Amino acid sequence: MNIESLQQSERILFALRGLYDKYGYVRYKMNKFEEYDLYARNKDFLISEGVITFTDTNGKLMALKPDVTLSIVKNTKDDDSRVQKLYYNENVYRVSGGTHSFKEIMQVGLEAMGDIDDYCIFEVMSLSAESLACTERNCILEFSHLGVLSEILRYVGIPEEQSVMRCIGEKNAHELTGICASLGISEEKCALLKNILSVYGRVDEVLPEVRKLLTGIVSEGTLSSFVGIARALSNSARGEMYYLDFSIVSDIRYYNGFVFRGFAEGIPSSVLSGGQYDTMMAKMKRKSGAIGFAVYLDMLEQYEKNEYDVDNLLVYEDCTVSQIKAQTDALIEKGESVLVQKSIPSDVKYKKLIRLQGGKRI
Amino acid sequence: MKTLNIALPKGRLGEKVYAMFEKAGFPCPSIKENNRKLIFENEACGVRYFWVKPSDVAIYVERGAADIGVAGKDILLEYRPDIYELLDLGIGKCRMAVAAKKDFRDDPAATLRVATKFSNIAANHYLSKGRDIDIIHLNGSIELAPILGLSDVIVDIVETGTTLKENDLTVMETVVPISARLIANKASYKFGYREIDKLVHAIAAQTEENK
Repeated sequence: MNIESLQQSERILFALRGLYDKYGYVRYKMNKFEEYDLYARNKDFLISEGVITFTDTNGKLMALKPDVTLSIVKNTKDDDSRVQKLYYNENVYRVSGGTHSFKEIMQVGLEAMGDIDDYCIFEVMSLSAESLACTERNCILEFSHLGVLSEILRYVGIPEEQSVMRCIGEKNAHELTGICASLGISEEKCALLKNILSVYGRVDEVLPEVRKLLTGIVSEGTLSSFVGIARALSNSARGEMYYLDFSIVSDIRYYNGFVFRGFAEGIPSSVLSGGQYDTMMAKMKRKSGAIGFAVYLDMLEQYEKNEYDVDNLLVYEDCTVSQIKAQTDALIEKGESVLVQKSIPSDVKYKKLIRLQGGKRI
Repeated sequence: MKTLNIALPKGRLGEKVYAMFEKAGFPCPSIKENNRKLIFENEACGVRYFWVKPSDVAIYVERGAADIGVAGKDILLEYRPDIYELLDLGIGKCRMAVAAKKDFRDDPAATLRVATKFSNIAANHYLSKGRDIDIIHLNGSIELAPILGLSDVIVDIVETGTTLKENDLTVMETVVPISARLIANKASYKFGYREIDKLVHAIAAQTEENK
């Protein structure tokens, strides 16, 4: 198979599967349906509201999967002997933000579940960056740490409530100032909070400043683990892709520790999202920790634009089968695509027009 | 340098906003020409402006057609776009308020009929108070609703209060203060944060004067 002839999103999918195989992640195949109860209990974990449901022949209310992680967590068991490393590529069914109607979305991702240590976090975040690199675009993987953010908020004396987290997520410093004032938080602490939240940049450029700002505010254990992993990522081959941004706020009822988002230039929203979700594992009565991410291939597909339908349009007149075949074979041999027609179709965009008359190019 | 696409709201507010951008060092003289052009660019300053309907600015920014834009807080609260809200420009100040006929008596035992263009803001406001309401979504002339008995109250933008006064209506409570906000597309910010930050700092210096 000529990989060049595949659509860009198909090539990416191919590359991602190869990448995850290389690191020993095992492909996890699951059923299309899941009991609706799983999603009803973990509604807030889902990216979009709305689940397609139906009643199965045994009377159980079932759902078309809107998410893969929940199913994987539900269908795997704690295993103390190892970290379970899995990847998937599955269709999920979600309400699209723009159209408010259901869409089938191809999602690729991976999960590591077990005793998650610093290396495991580093490996999953590295694979996130490698996954972004597969998109053939200029990419950024930005990350934050919810444990660090929690300790900053605790130090400042501001609660982790929805309005606060929304301001942080929007980089909305002016409303955060108002919230601090209404809670009687000192201007000095408010300025410190805004200062930390305004930090944005490549890890190697901002990490020393962040470390200085967080010393004495965040506990030594949390800070050294955070700085250690950030530094290892920054020193790796994809070091230039990692950015630090404390405005990434995932739902703290499910996520803890590192959270990250991937952006590809030219695509207006994130194409990758992930993080540590030990809290969700505990909620589902699991002892293991977990970290994972998903790549949104639908976003990449949406912005994938082919300028031409075909490389060559071959239009023939008074030619024999073998004369036409000889021309098409020669083009295909060169690695070009060719569409053979008797006349020029009005809706086909081609790079080159070839007219063949009596077996000769004119 | 990457060119910044900037969505400005059509109308008087947009003109004020452009004046702030111009003063901040991002002028585009062609925008003042009287013609039917839709896009105005100043390559030297790395900016490209376009006028859009005020309620559409957030959509242009969220979908990445504009890197940054200026939208009213009312629109941001109503549609909750996934964007960064970088600055309160301190202009276009007004408030979202509940208004009713002067002789209106609020019966807490009855469902309150609320006419509004801002259904989500109204719903969230009354949800926070635990009040049962019936939302009547209208697209304009909201003040007519209580006068003709279509609704008990309205939730709408109040600037000077003159329209309310002339129609024998009065403000019952303020829901939220409104002003123009500088917003940015999240992905655009990632790849152009240096340019965006430079512009934000230059504009921020002026917002102090508007406070």
